[in-house]
Amino acid sequence: MMLIDPHAHMISRTTDDYVAMADAGIVALIEPAFWVGQPRTFVGTYVDYLSTIVGWERFRAGQFGIRHYCTVGLNSKEANNEELAEGVMDWLPRFALKEGVVAIGEIGYDEQTALEDRYFRLQLELAKELNLPVMIHTPHRDKKRGTSRSMDVCEEHGLDPGMVIVDHNNEETVAETLQRGFWAGFSIYPSTKMGNARMVEILRQYGGERIIVDSACDWGISDCLGVAKTAQLALDRGIPKQTVHMVCYQNALDAYGQSGQMQEADWLDPPAIDQRTLFEGNSILRGGREPHIEAPGDRRRTDHMID
Amino acid sequence: MTQAADLLRNWVLAQAEDEADWIVRSLARIASATQERDLFIFMGLAPRRLGKADLALGAEDLDAADAACPGWSPEGWSVDGAARVLAILTAPATRIFADRFKDLRRTADVAEMIALYRGLPLYPDPDSLHFEVGEGLRSNIKAVFESIAHRNPFPRDHFDEHRWNHMILKALFIGSRLTPITGLGARANPELARILVDYAEERIAAGRPVPQDLWIPLKPFRGDPAVAAILRQEEVAQ
Repeated sequence: MMLIDPHAHMISRTTDDYVAMADAGIVALIEPAFWVGQPRTFVGTYVDYLSTIVGWERFRAGQFGIRHYCTVGLNSKEANNEELAEGVMDWLPRFALKEGVVAIGEIGYDEQTALEDRYFRLQLELAKELNLPVMIHTPHRDKKRGTSRSMDVCEEHGLDPGMVIVDHNNEETVAETLQRGFWAGFSIYPSTKMGNARMVEILRQYGGERIIVDSACDWGISDCLGVAKTAQLALDRGIPKQTVHMVCYQNALDAYGQSGQMQEADWLDPPAIDQRTLFEGNSILRGGREPHIEAPGDRRRTDHMID
Repeated sequence: MTQAADLLRNWVLAQAEDEADWIVRSLARIASATQERDLFIFMGLAPRRLGKADLALGAEDLDAADAACPGWSPEGWSVDGAARVLAILTAPATRIFADRFKDLRRTADVAEMIALYRGLPLYPDPDSLHFEVGEGLRSNIKAVFESIAHRNPFPRDHFDEHRWNHMILKALFIGSRLTPITGLGARANPELARILVDYAEERIAAGRPVPQDLWIPLKPFRGDPAVAAILRQEEVAQ
Protein backbone atom coordinates (compact mmCIF):
# COMPACT_ATOMS: atom_id res chain seq x y z
CA MET A 1 0.00 0.00 0.00
CA MET A 2 1.38 3.43 -0.95
CA LEU A 3 1.46 5.85 1.97
CA ILE A 4 2.05 9.57 2.47
CA ASP A 5 3.32 11.09 5.70
CA PRO A 6 2.07 14.67 5.47
CA HIS A 7 3.86 15.89 8.63
CA ALA A 8 7.44 14.77 9.21
CA HIS A 9 10.40 16.89 10.37
CA MET A 10 13.07 15.01 8.50
CA ILE A 11 15.74 17.60 9.27
CA SER A 12 15.80 15.96 12.72
CA ARG A 13 15.89 12.37 11.46
CA THR A 14 18.52 9.90 10.30
CA THR A 15 19.10 8.00 7.08
CA ASP A 16 17.89 4.83 8.87
CA ASP A 17 14.52 6.54 9.17
CA TYR A 18 14.38 7.34 5.48
CA VAL A 19 15.20 3.71 4.64
CA ALA A 20 12.55 2.42 7.05
CA MET A 21 9.92 4.82 5.74
CA ALA A 22 10.59 3.87 2.12
CA ASP A 23 10.50 0.17 3.04
CA ALA A 24 7.18 0.68 4.82
CA GLY A 25 5.58 2.21 1.71
CA ILE A 26 6.00 5.97 2.22
CA VAL A 27 6.22 7.46 -1.28
CA ALA A 28 5.95 11.13 -0.32
CA LEU A 29 6.16 13.26 2.76
CA ILE A 30 5.63 16.86 3.79
CA GLU A 31 8.09 18.68 6.02
CA PRO A 32 6.44 21.64 7.75
CA ALA A 33 8.64 24.54 8.87
CA PHE A 34 8.75 24.35 12.68
CA TRP A 35 10.59 25.11 15.89
CA VAL A 36 13.82 23.13 15.81
CA GLY A 37 14.11 22.84 19.59
CA GLN A 38 16.76 25.53 19.92
CA PRO A 39 15.31 29.01 19.50
CA ARG A 40 16.69 30.92 16.51
CA THR A 41 18.11 34.31 17.45
CA PHE A 42 18.94 35.67 14.00
CA VAL A 43 16.69 36.06 10.99
CA GLY A 44 19.50 34.57 8.88
CA THR A 45 19.36 31.22 10.64
CA TYR A 46 15.65 31.07 9.94
CA VAL A 47 16.23 31.93 6.28
CA ASP A 48 18.85 29.19 5.96
CA TYR A 49 16.48 26.75 7.65
CA LEU A 50 13.81 27.50 5.04
CA SER A 51 16.45 27.06 2.32
CA THR A 52 17.34 23.70 3.83
CA ILE A 53 13.81 22.34 3.70
CA VAL A 54 13.24 23.52 0.13
CA GLY A 55 16.73 22.44 -0.93
CA TRP A 56 18.99 19.95 0.80
CA GLU A 57 16.34 17.96 2.66
CA ARG A 58 14.27 17.63 -0.51
CA PHE A 59 17.31 16.29 -2.29
CA ARG A 60 18.23 13.98 0.60
CA ALA A 61 14.76 12.40 0.64
CA GLY A 62 15.00 11.80 -3.10
CA GLN A 63 18.10 9.66 -2.55
CA PHE A 64 15.87 7.22 -0.66
CA GLY A 65 13.15 7.20 -3.29
CA ILE A 66 10.82 9.45 -1.29
CA ARG A 67 9.34 12.66 -2.72
CA HIS A 68 9.73 15.56 -0.33
CA TYR A 69 7.45 18.59 -0.07
CA CYS A 70 7.39 21.29 2.55
CA THR A 71 5.36 24.06 4.06
CA VAL A 72 6.89 27.41 4.96
CA GLY A 73 5.86 29.67 7.78
CA LEU A 74 6.67 31.28 11.09
CA ASN A 75 5.78 28.86 13.90
CA SER A 76 3.80 30.04 16.90
CA LYS A 77 6.60 29.75 19.48
CA GLU A 78 9.00 31.95 17.55
CA ALA A 79 6.23 34.41 16.71
CA ASN A 80 6.80 35.62 20.27
CA ASN A 81 10.23 37.00 19.33
CA GLU A 82 8.99 40.12 17.59
CA GLU A 83 12.29 41.15 16.03
CA LEU A 84 12.79 37.69 14.56
CA ALA A 85 9.15 37.45 13.51
CA GLU A 86 9.23 40.74 11.61
CA GLY A 87 12.35 39.64 9.78
CA VAL A 88 10.92 36.24 8.86
CA MET A 89 7.73 37.85 7.55
CA ASP A 90 9.87 39.93 5.15
CA TRP A 91 11.46 36.78 3.71
CA LEU A 92 8.44 34.46 3.64
CA PRO A 93 6.96 35.65 0.32
CA ARG A 94 10.30 34.77 -1.33
CA PHE A 95 9.96 31.15 -0.17
CA ALA A 96 6.25 30.57 -0.65
CA LEU A 97 6.62 30.03 -4.42
CA LYS A 98 9.59 27.65 -4.30
CA GLU A 99 9.35 24.24 -5.89
CA GLY A 100 7.52 21.74 -3.69
CA VAL A 101 6.05 24.27 -1.24
CA VAL A 102 2.53 22.93 -0.67
CA ALA A 103 1.20 25.21 2.09
CA ILE A 104 1.85 27.99 4.55
CA GLY A 105 2.48 26.27 7.86
CA GLU A 106 2.72 25.09 10.45
CA ILE A 107 1.21 28.19 11.98
CA GLY A 108 -1.24 28.94 14.76
CA TYR A 109 -1.10 29.19 18.53
CA ASP A 110 1.19 27.95 21.26
CA GLU A 111 0.39 30.02 24.38
CA GLN A 112 -2.24 32.07 22.53
CA THR A 113 -0.45 35.40 22.99
CA ALA A 114 -1.14 38.66 21.17
CA LEU A 115 2.01 38.29 19.05
CA GLU A 116 1.07 34.73 18.05
CA ASP A 117 -2.30 36.04 17.02
CA ARG A 118 -0.77 38.86 14.97
CA TYR A 119 1.57 36.64 12.93
CA PHE A 120 -1.01 33.89 12.52
CA ARG A 121 -3.35 36.38 10.90
CA LEU A 122 -0.67 37.94 8.69
CA GLN A 123 0.26 34.50 7.39
CA LEU A 124 -3.35 33.58 6.71
CA GLU A 125 -3.51 36.69 4.54
CA LEU A 126 -0.33 35.63 2.71
CA ALA A 127 -1.78 32.18 2.05
CA LYS A 128 -4.94 33.73 0.70
CA GLU A 129 -3.02 36.09 -1.58
CA LEU A 130 -0.93 33.24 -3.03
CA ASN A 131 -3.80 30.75 -3.09
CA LEU A 132 -1.93 28.23 -0.95
CA PRO A 133 -3.36 25.76 1.57
CA VAL A 134 -2.67 26.32 5.28
CA MET A 135 -1.39 23.82 7.84
CA ILE A 136 -2.43 24.70 11.38
CA HIS A 137 -0.56 23.58 14.46
CA THR A 138 -3.08 23.41 17.29
CA PRO A 139 -1.71 24.04 20.81
CA HIS A 140 -0.89 21.28 23.28
CA ARG A 141 -2.14 23.34 26.24
CA ASP A 142 -5.71 24.63 26.34
CA LYS A 143 -6.11 22.59 23.19
CA LYS A 144 -9.85 22.57 22.73
CA ARG A 145 -10.23 26.33 22.96
CA GLY A 146 -7.09 26.93 20.91
CA THR A 147 -8.40 24.70 18.14
CA SER A 148 -11.80 26.42 18.00
CA ARG A 149 -10.12 29.80 18.02
CA SER A 150 -7.80 28.83 15.15
CA MET A 151 -10.81 27.96 13.03
CA ASP A 152 -12.67 31.12 14.09
CA VAL A 153 -9.75 33.24 12.89
CA CYS A 154 -9.54 31.38 9.57
CA GLU A 155 -13.22 32.05 8.97
CA GLU A 156 -12.84 35.66 9.99
CA HIS A 157 -10.14 36.08 7.32
CA GLY A 158 -12.35 34.48 4.71
CA LEU A 159 -10.35 31.29 4.16
CA ASP A 160 -12.11 28.35 2.58
CA PRO A 161 -12.06 25.54 5.20
CA GLY A 162 -11.27 23.15 2.34
CA MET A 163 -7.89 24.89 2.03
CA VAL A 164 -7.06 24.50 5.73
CA ILE A 165 -5.65 21.43 7.46
CA VAL A 166 -6.10 21.58 11.23
CA ASP A 167 -3.44 19.29 12.65
CA HIS A 168 -2.81 17.51 15.98
CA ASN A 169 -6.50 16.77 16.59
CA ASN A 170 -7.69 14.40 19.32
CA GLU A 171 -10.96 12.86 20.52
CA GLU A 172 -12.01 16.21 21.98
CA THR A 173 -11.50 18.34 18.88
CA VAL A 174 -12.27 16.09 15.92
CA ALA A 175 -16.05 16.48 15.83
CA GLU A 176 -15.96 20.27 15.64
CA THR A 177 -13.13 20.33 13.09
CA LEU A 178 -15.00 18.01 10.73
CA GLN A 179 -18.35 19.63 11.31
CA ARG A 180 -16.96 23.04 10.33
CA GLY A 181 -15.61 21.65 7.05
CA PHE A 182 -11.86 21.69 7.78
CA TRP A 183 -9.44 18.81 7.15
CA ALA A 184 -8.64 17.05 10.42
CA GLY A 185 -5.02 15.95 10.84
CA PHE A 186 -3.95 13.48 13.54
CA SER A 187 -0.35 13.15 14.63
CA ILE A 188 0.59 9.70 15.88
CA TYR A 189 2.87 10.94 18.63
CA PRO A 190 1.83 8.98 21.68
CA SER A 191 3.27 11.06 24.53
CA THR A 192 1.61 14.38 23.69
CA LYS A 193 -0.78 13.88 20.80
CA MET A 194 -2.37 10.62 19.67
CA GLY A 195 -1.65 6.90 19.90
CA ASN A 196 -2.39 4.54 17.03
CA ALA A 197 -4.88 2.36 18.91
CA ARG A 198 -6.87 5.50 19.76
CA MET A 199 -6.57 6.56 16.13
CA VAL A 200 -8.14 3.32 14.94
CA GLU A 201 -11.12 3.92 17.23
CA ILE A 202 -11.54 7.42 15.76
CA LEU A 203 -11.57 5.93 12.26
CA ARG A 204 -14.17 3.42 13.39
CA GLN A 205 -16.35 6.22 14.67
CA TYR A 206 -15.84 8.91 12.00
CA GLY A 207 -14.85 7.01 8.86
CA GLY A 208 -12.20 8.37 6.52
CA GLU A 209 -13.60 11.53 5.04
CA ARG A 210 -11.32 14.59 5.52
CA ILE A 211 -9.21 12.75 8.12
CA ILE A 212 -5.44 12.73 7.63
CA VAL A 213 -2.93 10.65 9.61
CA ASP A 214 0.67 11.84 10.07
CA SER A 215 3.65 10.99 12.27
CA ALA A 216 4.87 14.51 13.16
CA CYS A 217 8.19 12.78 13.81
CA ASP A 218 10.85 15.26 14.92
CA TRP A 219 13.68 15.60 17.49
CA GLY A 220 11.50 14.20 20.31
CA ILE A 221 10.57 10.60 21.07
CA SER A 222 8.46 9.93 18.03
CA ASP A 223 8.08 7.30 15.35
CA CYS A 224 8.77 7.88 11.67
CA LEU A 225 6.65 4.78 11.00
CA GLY A 226 3.61 6.30 12.71
CA VAL A 227 1.56 6.34 9.52
CA ALA A 228 2.59 2.85 8.39
CA LYS A 229 1.96 1.24 11.77
CA THR A 230 -1.41 2.95 12.11
CA ALA A 231 -2.38 1.73 8.64
CA GLN A 232 -1.39 -1.80 9.60
CA LEU A 233 -3.23 -1.71 12.92
CA ALA A 234 -6.34 -0.27 11.32
CA LEU A 235 -6.38 -3.06 8.71
CA ASP A 236 -5.77 -5.68 11.42
CA ARG A 237 -8.70 -4.34 13.41
CA GLY A 238 -11.12 -4.43 10.54
CA ILE A 239 -11.16 -0.84 9.25
CA PRO A 240 -11.98 -1.04 5.51
CA LYS A 241 -8.98 -0.81 3.19
CA GLN A 242 -10.60 2.08 1.35
CA THR A 243 -10.77 4.11 4.58
CA VAL A 244 -7.13 3.38 5.36
CA HIS A 245 -6.17 4.45 1.84
CA MET A 246 -8.03 7.74 2.30
CA VAL A 247 -6.54 8.70 5.65
CA CYS A 248 -2.99 7.49 4.98
CA TYR A 249 -2.66 8.63 1.36
CA GLN A 250 -5.46 10.13 -0.70
CA ASN A 251 -6.73 12.86 1.62
CA ALA A 252 -3.27 14.33 2.15
CA LEU A 253 -2.76 14.33 -1.62
CA ASP A 254 -6.13 16.00 -2.21
CA ALA A 255 -5.65 18.63 0.49
CA TYR A 256 -2.05 19.64 -0.26
CA GLY A 257 -2.35 18.95 -3.99
CA GLN A 258 -4.46 22.12 -4.11
CA SER A 259 -1.12 23.97 -4.14
CA GLY A 260 -0.46 22.63 -7.65
CA GLN A 261 2.93 21.43 -6.39
CA MET A 262 2.16 17.83 -5.50
CA GLN A 263 0.75 15.14 -7.77
CA GLU A 264 0.78 11.39 -7.97
CA ALA A 265 2.87 11.46 -11.15
CA ASP A 266 5.75 12.89 -9.07
CA TRP A 267 6.39 9.43 -7.61
CA LEU A 268 4.62 7.12 -10.08
CA ASP A 269 6.07 8.63 -13.23
CA PRO A 270 8.70 11.24 -12.35
CA PRO A 271 9.70 13.56 -15.21
CA ALA A 272 13.21 12.98 -16.54
CA ILE A 273 14.45 16.32 -15.28
CA ASP A 274 13.37 15.47 -11.75
CA GLN A 275 15.10 12.13 -11.94
CA ARG A 276 18.32 13.84 -12.94
CA THR A 277 18.23 16.55 -10.30
CA LEU A 278 16.12 15.67 -7.31
CA PHE A 279 14.87 12.17 -7.34
CA GLU A 280 16.72 8.93 -7.78
CA GLY A 281 13.56 7.00 -8.61
CA ASN A 282 11.35 4.85 -6.50
CA SER A 283 13.00 1.51 -5.93
CA ILE A 284 9.88 0.13 -4.23
CA LEU A 285 7.65 0.61 -7.23
CA ARG A 286 10.30 -0.18 -9.79
CA GLY A 287 11.10 -3.42 -8.02
CA GLY A 288 7.43 -4.36 -8.08
CA ARG A 289 7.57 -5.86 -4.62
CA GLU A 290 5.08 -5.24 -1.83
CA PRO A 291 6.44 -2.74 0.67
CA HIS A 292 6.74 -4.23 4.12
CA ILE A 293 6.30 -2.66 7.53
CA GLU A 294 8.93 -3.33 10.11
CA ALA A 295 9.74 -2.13 13.58
CA PRO A 296 12.83 0.12 13.80
CA GLY A 297 14.61 -2.59 15.82
CA ASP A 298 14.24 -5.15 13.04
CA ARG A 299 16.40 -3.24 10.62
CA ARG A 300 19.37 -2.95 12.96
CA ARG A 301 21.69 -5.69 11.80
CA THR A 302 23.63 -7.44 14.50
CA ASP A 303 26.81 -7.59 12.45
CA HIS A 304 26.90 -3.95 11.42
CA MET A 305 30.49 -3.52 12.64
CA ILE A 306 31.75 -5.51 9.66
CA ASP A 307 31.35 -4.36 6.07
CA MET B 1 20.66 43.02 -24.62
CA THR B 2 23.49 40.63 -25.32
CA GLN B 3 23.57 38.12 -28.11
CA ALA B 4 23.21 35.27 -25.62
CA ALA B 5 20.10 36.84 -24.11
CA ASP B 6 18.60 37.16 -27.59
CA LEU B 7 19.13 33.45 -28.15
CA LEU B 8 17.59 32.54 -24.79
CA ARG B 9 14.63 34.75 -25.51
CA ASN B 10 14.01 33.09 -28.88
CA TRP B 11 14.29 29.59 -27.45
CA VAL B 12 12.03 30.27 -24.48
CA LEU B 13 9.40 32.04 -26.57
CA ALA B 14 9.43 29.20 -29.09
CA GLN B 15 8.34 26.80 -26.33
CA ALA B 16 6.15 29.17 -24.31
CA GLU B 17 2.86 28.49 -26.13
CA ASP B 18 0.09 30.42 -24.31
CA GLU B 19 2.57 31.98 -21.91
CA ALA B 20 4.48 33.94 -24.56
CA ASP B 21 2.56 37.12 -23.73
CA TRP B 22 3.22 36.68 -20.04
CA ILE B 23 6.95 36.34 -20.72
CA VAL B 24 7.12 39.42 -22.92
CA ARG B 25 5.16 41.53 -20.42
CA SER B 26 7.11 40.24 -17.41
CA LEU B 27 10.49 40.84 -19.02
CA ALA B 28 9.49 44.37 -20.02
CA ARG B 29 8.50 45.06 -16.42
CA ILE B 30 11.73 43.57 -15.07
CA ALA B 31 13.78 45.63 -17.54
CA SER B 32 12.29 48.90 -16.35
CA ALA B 33 11.93 48.07 -12.66
CA THR B 34 13.61 50.08 -9.93
CA GLN B 35 12.95 47.28 -7.41
CA GLU B 36 13.71 43.55 -7.56
CA ARG B 37 10.32 42.22 -6.55
CA ASP B 38 9.26 41.59 -10.16
CA LEU B 39 12.44 39.60 -10.75
CA PHE B 40 11.91 37.48 -7.61
CA ILE B 41 8.29 36.76 -8.51
CA PHE B 42 9.26 35.83 -12.07
CA MET B 43 11.89 33.42 -10.73
CA GLY B 44 9.19 31.71 -8.63
CA LEU B 45 6.57 31.59 -11.34
CA ALA B 46 8.76 30.46 -14.25
CA PRO B 47 8.38 26.66 -13.76
CA ARG B 48 4.72 27.02 -12.74
CA ARG B 49 3.92 28.88 -15.96
CA LEU B 50 6.33 27.28 -18.41
CA GLY B 51 6.82 23.74 -17.10
CA LYS B 52 10.22 22.11 -16.81
CA ALA B 53 10.78 20.51 -20.21
CA ASP B 54 14.23 20.52 -21.80
CA LEU B 55 14.92 23.22 -24.36
CA ALA B 56 14.42 21.76 -27.84
CA LEU B 57 17.68 22.77 -29.48
CA GLY B 58 19.15 21.79 -32.84
CA ALA B 59 22.76 21.75 -33.97
CA GLU B 60 22.48 25.28 -35.35
CA ASP B 61 21.24 26.53 -31.95
CA LEU B 62 24.25 24.99 -30.23
CA ASP B 63 26.55 26.56 -32.83
CA ALA B 64 24.91 29.94 -32.26
CA ALA B 65 25.42 29.54 -28.50
CA ASP B 66 29.10 28.76 -28.96
CA ALA B 67 29.47 31.76 -31.29
CA ALA B 68 27.76 34.08 -28.80
CA CYS B 69 29.86 32.86 -25.89
CA PRO B 70 32.78 30.51 -26.64
CA GLY B 71 32.33 27.19 -24.87
CA TRP B 72 28.75 27.84 -23.80
CA SER B 73 26.57 24.76 -24.29
CA PRO B 74 22.88 25.07 -23.38
CA GLU B 75 22.40 21.35 -24.05
CA GLY B 76 20.22 19.92 -21.29
CA TRP B 77 18.94 23.32 -20.14
CA SER B 78 15.28 23.39 -19.17
CA VAL B 79 12.82 25.98 -20.42
CA ASP B 80 12.19 27.39 -16.93
CA GLY B 81 15.92 27.52 -16.22
CA ALA B 82 16.56 29.38 -19.48
CA ALA B 83 13.77 31.83 -18.64
CA ARG B 84 15.29 32.44 -15.21
CA VAL B 85 18.74 33.19 -16.62
CA LEU B 86 17.12 35.42 -19.22
CA ALA B 87 15.33 37.36 -16.47
CA ILE B 88 18.62 37.83 -14.58
CA LEU B 89 20.28 39.13 -17.74
CA THR B 90 17.30 41.43 -18.34
CA ALA B 91 17.20 43.10 -14.92
CA PRO B 92 18.89 46.53 -14.96
CA ALA B 93 22.22 46.97 -13.17
CA THR B 94 20.79 48.84 -10.19
CA ARG B 95 22.97 46.76 -7.81
CA ILE B 96 26.38 45.13 -7.93
CA PHE B 97 25.73 41.93 -9.87
CA ALA B 98 27.45 39.62 -7.36
CA ASP B 99 25.23 41.01 -4.57
CA ARG B 100 22.10 40.30 -6.55
CA PHE B 101 23.36 36.82 -7.41
CA LYS B 102 24.07 36.11 -3.74
CA ASP B 103 20.55 37.13 -2.80
CA LEU B 104 19.07 34.84 -5.44
CA ARG B 105 21.40 31.96 -4.58
CA ARG B 106 20.82 31.97 -0.81
CA THR B 107 17.06 31.49 -1.20
CA ALA B 108 17.16 29.24 -4.28
CA ASP B 109 15.51 25.83 -4.51
CA VAL B 110 17.48 23.10 -6.28
CA ALA B 111 16.19 23.74 -9.80
CA GLU B 112 16.75 27.47 -9.37
CA MET B 113 20.28 26.92 -8.11
CA ILE B 114 21.04 24.80 -11.16
CA ALA B 115 19.75 27.53 -13.47
CA LEU B 116 21.73 30.23 -11.64
CA TYR B 117 25.00 28.34 -12.02
CA ARG B 118 24.41 27.19 -15.57
CA GLY B 119 24.14 30.86 -16.49
CA LEU B 120 27.65 31.65 -15.18
CA PRO B 121 29.35 32.16 -18.56
CA LEU B 122 26.76 34.78 -19.49
CA TYR B 123 26.93 37.13 -16.50
CA PRO B 124 28.79 40.44 -16.25
CA ASP B 125 31.94 40.83 -14.15
CA PRO B 126 32.80 37.12 -13.82
CA ASP B 127 35.73 37.65 -11.47
CA SER B 128 33.39 39.07 -8.83
CA LEU B 129 31.58 35.71 -8.65
CA HIS B 130 34.34 33.49 -7.25
CA PHE B 131 32.86 33.32 -3.76
CA GLU B 132 29.44 32.43 -5.16
CA VAL B 133 30.89 29.73 -7.39
CA GLY B 134 32.79 28.29 -4.42
CA GLU B 135 29.53 27.96 -2.51
CA GLY B 136 28.04 25.97 -5.38
CA LEU B 137 31.08 23.70 -5.72
CA ARG B 138 30.84 22.83 -2.03
CA SER B 139 27.26 21.61 -2.49
CA ASN B 140 26.69 17.93 -1.95
CA ILE B 141 23.74 18.03 -4.32
CA LYS B 142 25.33 16.41 -7.35
CA ALA B 143 23.23 18.26 -9.91
CA VAL B 144 24.17 21.63 -8.40
CA PHE B 145 27.86 20.73 -8.53
CA GLU B 146 27.44 19.56 -12.12
CA SER B 147 25.69 22.78 -13.13
CA ILE B 148 29.11 24.40 -12.64
CA ALA B 149 31.38 21.51 -13.60
CA HIS B 150 29.63 20.10 -16.67
CA ARG B 151 29.23 21.76 -20.08
CA ASN B 152 30.13 25.11 -18.56
CA PRO B 153 33.16 27.09 -19.76
CA PHE B 154 33.31 29.24 -16.61
CA PRO B 155 35.71 26.95 -14.70
CA ARG B 156 38.02 26.63 -17.71
CA ASP B 157 38.06 30.39 -18.24
CA HIS B 158 38.13 31.71 -14.67
CA PHE B 159 39.31 29.12 -12.13
CA ASP B 160 42.82 29.23 -10.75
CA GLU B 161 44.74 25.95 -10.74
CA HIS B 162 43.91 25.03 -7.15
CA ARG B 163 40.17 25.39 -7.61
CA TRP B 164 40.26 23.66 -10.98
CA ASN B 165 42.13 20.66 -9.57
CA HIS B 166 39.80 20.33 -6.61
CA MET B 167 36.76 20.50 -8.83
CA ILE B 168 38.12 17.51 -10.79
CA LEU B 169 38.88 15.62 -7.60
CA LYS B 170 35.46 16.33 -6.10
CA ALA B 171 33.82 15.14 -9.32
CA LEU B 172 35.61 11.80 -8.88
CA PHE B 173 34.59 11.56 -5.23
CA ILE B 174 30.90 12.15 -5.82
CA GLY B 175 30.74 9.83 -8.81
CA SER B 176 30.38 12.59 -11.38
CA ARG B 177 31.80 12.03 -14.85
CA LEU B 178 34.84 13.96 -16.02
CA THR B 179 34.21 13.83 -19.78
CA PRO B 180 31.53 16.61 -19.78
CA ILE B 181 33.92 19.04 -18.04
CA THR B 182 34.76 21.82 -20.51
CA GLY B 183 38.52 22.21 -20.85
CA LEU B 184 39.41 18.89 -19.24
CA GLY B 185 42.34 18.31 -21.59
CA ALA B 186 43.32 21.96 -22.04
CA ARG B 187 43.70 22.55 -18.30
CA ALA B 188 45.57 19.36 -17.46
CA ASN B 189 48.56 20.23 -15.24
CA PRO B 190 51.35 18.39 -13.37
CA GLU B 191 49.90 19.04 -9.91
CA LEU B 192 46.57 17.56 -11.00
CA ALA B 193 48.39 14.57 -12.45
CA ARG B 194 50.08 14.01 -9.07
CA ILE B 195 46.72 14.22 -7.23
CA LEU B 196 45.10 11.82 -9.68
CA VAL B 197 47.94 9.28 -9.40
CA ASP B 198 47.50 9.31 -5.61
CA TYR B 199 43.79 8.94 -6.04
CA ALA B 200 44.14 6.03 -8.46
CA GLU B 201 46.62 4.25 -6.16
CA GLU B 202 44.22 4.67 -3.23
CA ARG B 203 41.39 3.17 -5.27
CA ILE B 204 43.49 0.25 -6.46
CA ALA B 205 44.69 -0.43 -2.88
CA ALA B 206 41.09 -0.48 -1.66
CA GLY B 207 40.09 -2.88 -4.43
CA ARG B 208 37.81 -0.31 -6.03
CA PRO B 209 37.47 0.46 -9.74
CA VAL B 210 39.22 3.51 -11.18
CA PRO B 211 36.88 5.67 -13.32
CA GLN B 212 37.80 5.45 -17.00
CA ASP B 213 37.77 9.18 -17.71
CA LEU B 214 40.46 9.77 -15.09
CA TRP B 215 43.03 9.00 -17.78
CA ILE B 216 42.16 12.03 -19.91
CA PRO B 217 43.90 14.64 -17.69
CA LEU B 218 46.68 12.15 -16.92
CA LYS B 219 47.77 11.21 -20.43
CA PRO B 220 49.64 14.46 -21.22
CA PHE B 221 51.99 13.56 -18.33
CA ARG B 222 52.75 9.98 -19.24
CA GLY B 223 56.44 10.99 -19.41
CA ASP B 224 56.37 11.26 -15.62
CA PRO B 225 57.45 7.88 -14.13
CA ALA B 226 54.65 7.82 -11.51
CA VAL B 227 52.03 8.56 -14.16
CA ALA B 228 53.51 5.98 -16.52
CA ALA B 229 53.46 3.38 -13.72
CA ILE B 230 49.81 3.92 -12.90
CA LEU B 231 48.82 3.90 -16.56
CA ARG B 232 50.68 0.60 -17.01
CA GLN B 233 48.99 -0.88 -13.95
CA GLU B 234 45.63 0.10 -15.29
CA GLU B 235 46.36 -1.33 -18.73
CA VAL B 236 47.33 -4.63 -17.11
CA ALA B 237 44.14 -4.57 -15.05
CA GLN B 238 42.07 -4.17 -18.20
